[in-house]
Amino acid sequence: MNPDLMTRTLLYLDGVSVSFDGFRALNNLSFTILPGEMRAIIGPNGAGKTTMMDVVTGKTRPDAGHVIFDGKVDLTKQDEAAIASLGIGRKFQKPTVFESHTVWDNLDLAIEGARDPASTLFHMEGEERDRIEEILGIVRLRERRYELAGALSHGQKQWLEIGMLLAQNPKLLLVDEPVAGMTDAETAETADLLREIARTHSVVVVEHDMTFVRDLGVKVTVLHEGSVLAEGSLDHVSADPRVVEVYLGR
Amino acid sequence: MKGGFLLRGLDRGGLIFLAIVLGVGILVPALNLLVPPGNPFHVPGYAVSLVGKYLCFALLALSIDLVWGYCGILSLGHGAFFALGGYAMGMYLMRQIGARGVYANPELPDFMVFLNWKELPWYWYGFDQFWFAAIMVIAVPGALAFLLGWFAFRSRVTGVYLSIITQAMTFALLLAFFRNDMGFGGNNGLTDFKDILGYPVQAAGTRATLFFASALALALGFLLCRAIIRSKLGKVLIAIRDAESRTRFLGYRVEHYKLFVFTLSACMAGVAGALYVPQVGIINPSEFSPAQSIEMVIWVAVGGRGTLIGPVIGAILVNFGKTYFTAAIPDFWLFALGGLFIAVTLFLPKGIVGAVTDWTKRYRKTPSRPDPVAPKPAE
Repeated sequence: MNPDLMTRTLLYLDGVSVSFDGFRALNNLSFTILPGEMRAIIGPNGAGKTTMMDVVTGKTRPDAGHVIFDGKVDLTKQDEAAIASLGIGRKFQKPTVFESHTVWDNLDLAIEGARDPASTLFHMEGEERDRIEEILGIVRLRERRYELAGALSHGQKQWLEIGMLLAQNPKLLLVDEPVAGMTDAETAETADLLREIARTHSVVVVEHDMTFVRDLGVKVTVLHEGSVLAEGSLDHVSADPRVVEVYLGR
Repeated sequence: MKGGFLLRGLDRGGLIFLAIVLGVGILVPALNLLVPPGNPFHVPGYAVSLVGKYLCFALLALSIDLVWGYCGILSLGHGAFFALGGYAMGMYLMRQIGARGVYANPELPDFMVFLNWKELPWYWYGFDQFWFAAIMVIAVPGALAFLLGWFAFRSRVTGVYLSIITQAMTFALLLAFFRNDMGFGGNNGLTDFKDILGYPVQAAGTRATLFFASALALALGFLLCRAIIRSKLGKVLIAIRDAESRTRFLGYRVEHYKLFVFTLSACMAGVAGALYVPQVGIINPSEFSPAQSIEMVIWVAVGGRGTLIGPVIGAILVNFGKTYFTAAIPDFWLFALGGLFIAVTLFLPKGIVGAVTDWTKRYRKTPSRPDPVAPKPAE
């Protein structure tokens, strides 16, 4: 561990390993995210991208290694709810919204605030009204606010989930394949939206879509077989022969 | 702000429901007491107890709907909470018998004298006081649910595994309460009650009061559930039901919510049991039998889970059918119940209320405007 580096970072992964039934999903993975940074993580299937997110959000416990958030909190000792409260929001690969709630209620559930049963039981509506309105505008769901989230199109569900992340107002957003299943136009808009969000938040985006990653125009980390293969601008990593061999060349 | 909490449950549908329940709660006893027998509007005494029993079942069904319909916890052991509330009330009623029992022992209930016990077991202390018994009616089922929930929800036991655990719990209690040395009357349970709060249990006035109390409890239970469902906590419960792990990633401690709602539901079931016992005049271990708990879930499914009103309707309808068929064609009842469950699962997956809601929606939708906001093409 490098304590000096650790205190300056928002997210610090050091030597993280995870095995499932002998398969090493993460193999001594180390990288850091600085406060305010936006990072794209790419890599072939099975490179460990989603497992990395599972470890950071507390869904999976690593066999070894450190995951330090905000320079001080060891995330491997926390559960999902605690990690979310610390300020890490996650968007899933498959859009996961609460289908039998309205768009509005989805955002209302996500909006930052007390999370214990007593507070929610006596919670009065209205305090966050303006903020929810604002987010509805950002994710372009204003017209559909009273519709059930289950009735939204695939792309709109993705956007609603991004809206829910915004409502949570986390310090770090983990976004897993935000443009999967989107049209080209939607993909470009999503890139705009994420860049907008990145101005005020740290964002980690996992993505397959190279055009999208190029649109984002940020530092790229290439994962392969559970560890970092290369890091740098997209042009820099695309020129790396090892990257070409495992991923881009195929 | 907190004062207005219960009022939140009062929207139009809620008000209509409350008016009907309270109306029945007043009308039925009035027609029993004030209208002389022989008049076509007279409600006979046995009918008061019978409908009073249905009201208790309705409250029980409501408590199941709160956990199953809104939080996705399928409890197959709610009969246990109902029975525990009933036993707490039964213990109070046993102590009120005093020296009027067959063995005329002023201290010990008859079954203890019969077993040659010399003194009252410690866990019967205090049950001669109504207030103590009333607290136990809520506290005992609540404590059991809290304990079970604490371990189960923390370990993230969900779905069918949780259902099996609750089923095992009620079965274990069934076996325990069958034993004479448990001190709860064994196989025969507690019965031969005489007084409640100084009034004879069998008297028409007492029955009418108990009937009204059951209606009032149902109305309050409904108001409480409705207020919870309409609060933000209610939204979290539905979120847990539909996507539990997603709710965790939003920062909600799912186990705390489940524990709250499961314990509250058990307390409600306990109250239902306590009101049931003086009206039927007996509580015995058969109330713990797993089949009873499964039947309760059927009431909720028939009425429509996740609707609050549905389970009330379901409990009353199914029990009315049970009363009718077990008298008219006794061998037929179990087939009818099984057939009902299959029919509801196949043709009314959302129960009676869910089907009616869907139907009115469709009916209203056809003549009116087209879908207001058709999905826009990508800009």
